[in-house]
Amino acid sequence: MEQNKQYSVNDYSCPLPITDYDKVIMAHGGGGTLSHRLIEKMFLSQFDNELLNLQHDGSVFEIGGERFAFTTDSYVVQPIFFPGGDIGELAVNGTVNDLAMCGAEPIYLSVGFILEEGFPLEDLWRITLSMKRAGERTRIKIITGDTKVVDRGKGDKIFINTSGIGKVYPGIEISPKNSRPGDVIIISGKIAEHGVAIMSAREGLEFETAIQSDTLPLNRLVSAMLKVSNKIHVMRDPTRGGVASTLNEIASSADVGIEIDELAIPISEEVKAACEILGFDPLYVANEGKMIALVEKQDAEKILRIMKNHPDGKDAAIIGKVVSEHRKRVVMKTSIGSMRIVDMISGEQLPRIC
Amino acid sequence: MKYIDEYRDAKAALALIKKIKSTAKKSAVIMEICGGQTHTILKYGIEELLPTNITLVHGPGCPVCVTPLELIDKAITIASFKDVIFTSYGDMLRVPGSKLDLINVKANGGDVRMVYSPLDALKIAEVNKDKKVVFFSVGFETTAPPNAMAVVEAQRRKLDNFSILCAHVLVPPAIEALLSSRESRIQAFLAAGHVCTVMGYSEYIPISKKYNTPIVVTGFEPVDILQGILLAVQQLEESKCEVENQYSRAVRLEGNPNAKKLLTETFDIVDRKWRGIGTIPQSGYRLKEKYSTFDAEKIFNVEYITKEESPLCIAGEVLQGLKKPTDCSAFRTHCKPETPLGAPMVSTEGACAAYYHYHK
Repeated sequence: MEQNKQYSVNDYSCPLPITDYDKVIMAHGGGGTLSHRLIEKMFLSQFDNELLNLQHDGSVFEIGGERFAFTTDSYVVQPIFFPGGDIGELAVNGTVNDLAMCGAEPIYLSVGFILEEGFPLEDLWRITLSMKRAGERTRIKIITGDTKVVDRGKGDKIFINTSGIGKVYPGIEISPKNSRPGDVIIISGKIAEHGVAIMSAREGLEFETAIQSDTLPLNRLVSAMLKVSNKIHVMRDPTRGGVASTLNEIASSADVGIEIDELAIPISEEVKAACEILGFDPLYVANEGKMIALVEKQDAEKILRIMKNHPDGKDAAIIGKVVSEHRKRVVMKTSIGSMRIVDMISGEQLPRIC
Repeated sequence: MKYIDEYRDAKAALALIKKIKSTAKKSAVIMEICGGQTHTILKYGIEELLPTNITLVHGPGCPVCVTPLELIDKAITIASFKDVIFTSYGDMLRVPGSKLDLINVKANGGDVRMVYSPLDALKIAEVNKDKKVVFFSVGFETTAPPNAMAVVEAQRRKLDNFSILCAHVLVPPAIEALLSSRESRIQAFLAAGHVCTVMGYSEYIPISKKYNTPIVVTGFEPVDILQGILLAVQQLEESKCEVENQYSRAVRLEGNPNAKKLLTETFDIVDRKWRGIGTIPQSGYRLKEKYSTFDAEKIFNVEYITKEESPLCIAGEVLQGLKKPTDCSAFRTHCKPETPLGAPMVSTEGACAAYYHYHK
């Protein structure tokens, strides 16, 4: 069909369309198609440059012959304290992980706090201590920061922004574009734990489970992996939008097909059960301490072994491969042996009625 | 996971497919009623494993999809009032009304909240006495008992700021409407297992006899569905028309007597409009007169809102199993989950969404 043609309602054979929103809705931040379209139309088109356009977790650039990675992320998680972590730990680990996914060792972090009037200082202290511990664990220093307070009701307790800078390991070239047919896809552990833990703690859900967030810095695992192989083509942490969205992003930016095996994907029984009850597909649920690596086949077993021997990757598994067919698409072999498409999530996952 | 993994087992599934292939001599058109079953069929690629002489058509069993436009408009009107907290199951939020959806209302400043249970809405009513808390009571017979319980509880706790916008629909009248349609090509039904856990399946026996059509009460996992298909195919091959219960681990003939009693005490059975299908006689619930102070349609005076659906709408034909989502010219082009033109693209259980996400 022609581009830019204005369609009237009568052109459609279905009920009246809502083709676009003129205000921001929650799904614009959900990591799915709506988020991507917002970023592409609004930001990429205007900020347009070769580093940004790569759309990696962070940007890698050269200064004085050395390569650095730079990234930023904002944290608005609700509740701010959840099973397995809190917003502070998440804000350090998340940015550390974005740097690690660029093949960089994190060095420095900035922190910006937006605090709501009336927020208990005791809670802020807990969050600060937790950030300190997370920083020590990852050997990253918080070297600059900012604090702003907004009127009661104009924020939600606390928002944190962190930016990070890291030094890229020499000889390492990590980018979503680098994956090619034949690459083996490894995931570092069990999926969907962070998202389910958050859902279980969210006010009013009355959903009790022992599932903890998997929030974890991945730089130690990445460093161990890069020591044994320089044939790692892509690393990504499947945060919002989950494993499915991350694999779709890789397939699309590298123009390759991806094939995964449902039975090979590590997932705990508790998370599986919680997802059944909530009507969620765990492939779309957020992770905060897991990574997906696309590696050359000849090194796959070696890298997997290193990951499994590392405490941060003990449940690592090979879940699929890159293929030259069905480009830009992710296809999964189901548990009963048929094949189906794994699509990019469109907005937020909405729990179903029954 | 116990009682789940067994029903997703590749060996069991392949054995059933083999059996279906050797049994099905004639061609058969089978409709699965429930959207949950449609999703399983697409998610596990069941259609591609079946012999070509078996056609599955996807029924109107997604409550989100069949909720008529005017009820969505009523919900949007109520949710836009300043003193209202509008609560709903998640997948109703994105269903387009004639102009907006509930997500839009939220972005415009309305207090729209997603809940997992009507009892959560009651809690919200308890702590927000200065607000009117409305729960969008949607679903088949499966979700009706907890929603009835919420109303009974609200009365007991004297929560006069709580009400429900009732959009409940019933399965057996829909099956009858489909079978009595002249265009119907359905030869057998897979009935919705979860509806039958509440209602039992005795009410399907006269329908099966009257229309000479096998009905198999079926569960939601791939092995369940394949077993249901096999039972239906066996009946068709033997020219039988019985009601069989594949989902016996959850369903009894008489259903759940307590839940049924609660439903009879709380709701009257009334004619109801179905999106894309039209009014089906005696196919929905309305709160009984004694609970009328909990009826949001009355409280907010929105009974006058009516809206006719587009006569061109293929969503109706999809819901009736006359067409497949892929027959629609807007499918995947103008109609996608993030910009749904019709409800079957919105709900996680809608046939169009299932095709969009899983169909190659």
